[in-house]
Amino acid sequence: MNLETLKTLNAERRARRAVALVTALDGGAQRLVRADAVDKDPLGAEIAARFRSGRSGTVETDTGPAFLTVHVPPPRLVAIGAVHISQALAPMARLAGFDMMVVDPRTAFATPERFPDVRLIAEWPEDVAGEIAFDRYTALAALTHDPKIDDWPIAQALDAGCFYVGALGSRKTHGKRRERLLEAGVSEAAFSSIHAPIGLDVGAQSPAEIAVAVLAEIVAALRQDPEAEKR
Amino acid sequence: MSDATDLDVKDVLGMAEAWSAAGRGVALATVVETWGSAPRPVGSHLAVDEEGNFEGSVSGGCVEGAVIADALEVIEGGAPRMLEFGVADETAWQVGLSCGGRIKVYVEKVG
Repeated sequence: MNLETLKTLNAERRARRAVALVTALDGGAQRLVRADAVDKDPLGAEIAARFRSGRSGTVETDTGPAFLTVHVPPPRLVAIGAVHISQALAPMARLAGFDMMVVDPRTAFATPERFPDVRLIAEWPEDVAGEIAFDRYTALAALTHDPKIDDWPIAQALDAGCFYVGALGSRKTHGKRRERLLEAGVSEAAFSSIHAPIGLDVGAQSPAEIAVAVLAEIVAALRQDPEAEKR
Repeated sequence: MSDATDLDVKDVLGMAEAWSAAGRGVALATVVETWGSAPRPVGSHLAVDEEGNFEGSVSGGCVEGAVIADALEVIEGGAPRMLEFGVADETAWQVGLSCGGRIKVYVEKVG
C-alpha cells in the first residue's frame, strides 16, 4: 500500500468517517473509497452495503477478485437524561458494542451512584457540544421530556446527520416539539426523521423494557438499508 | 462491534503509517478469508517492520511467525503475496489452538 493511501485511510478513520480500501487480488492495484464518494464508485452498491454491516470481504469484479477492507467507526450513543430508562440502557448498549454517554444538567439525577459504568456529564448539552460531538455514527436518545434540555441536542443531531434521533414523549408532546423545532429552523423533512414515540412498538411497560425497544430501534437504524425497507 | 480492526487496543494501521513515515521498511498483512472457526475475523491486520517488530494479529498467535517471515521477504522484494494456513494442523495443536479453521492472508509492502 502506498504511504499516501495509508495516511488518507488513517485520517478518515480518525475523523470517524467510513472508508473502504479496494485491493485487486490479481496485481495488487488499490483505491480508497470514501463515504462521500461511494455513489461514484463502480462497486458503490456493494461498498454501501458493507458500510452498514461493517464487514470486510472478497468480491468478484469484472477484472477479477477484489478484497474490500471496510473501516466503520464504532457507533456511539448519546442519551440526554439521567433517567430510569438511561440506567437500564447503559449496560445494554455497552453489551451491544455502543460507546455511550449520558448528559443531564440536573445534578440530582446525574450521579455516579446511579450511573456507575457509563460516561456521565452533569452539564447542559449546549455547554458540552465538543464532548458530545454528534456525527453520522452517533445515535441520540432524548429522554428527559423537558424541552429546555432535549430540544437543543435534537436539533443538533438532525443537523449533524446522526443515524438515529429518537425522542421520548407522547404524540401530543411531540406535536408541541414540532412547533418549537420548526420555529427554530429545523426543516419538516428533518423533523419527520425523528423516531417518536421512541422505541420499537413491543408493548414495553417498564423502563428496562423501553430501553430494549429503544436499543432495538437504534440497531435497526444502524444496520438496515432504508431503501430496502421501502421496497 | 462493527470492525475488528477498529476495535484493536493498539492502532495497527496508525503504527504502520508511523513506521513507514519514519523511513522503515514495512509490510501489512490482512486476513482476507477464513473458513471454519478461525481465531481472527476477516479484515484483521498485522504490521511488520524490516527488523521483525510487529503489531496486531492475524491468528491470535498461531501463524504469526510464518507471516512475519513472509512479510520480511515482501519488504525486500516489493511484490504482494497471498498466504494460506490451515490452523488445525499439528503445529497449531502444539501452541494450543484447536480451532480447526483455515485462513488466507494477503501480505503487501507499505510505502
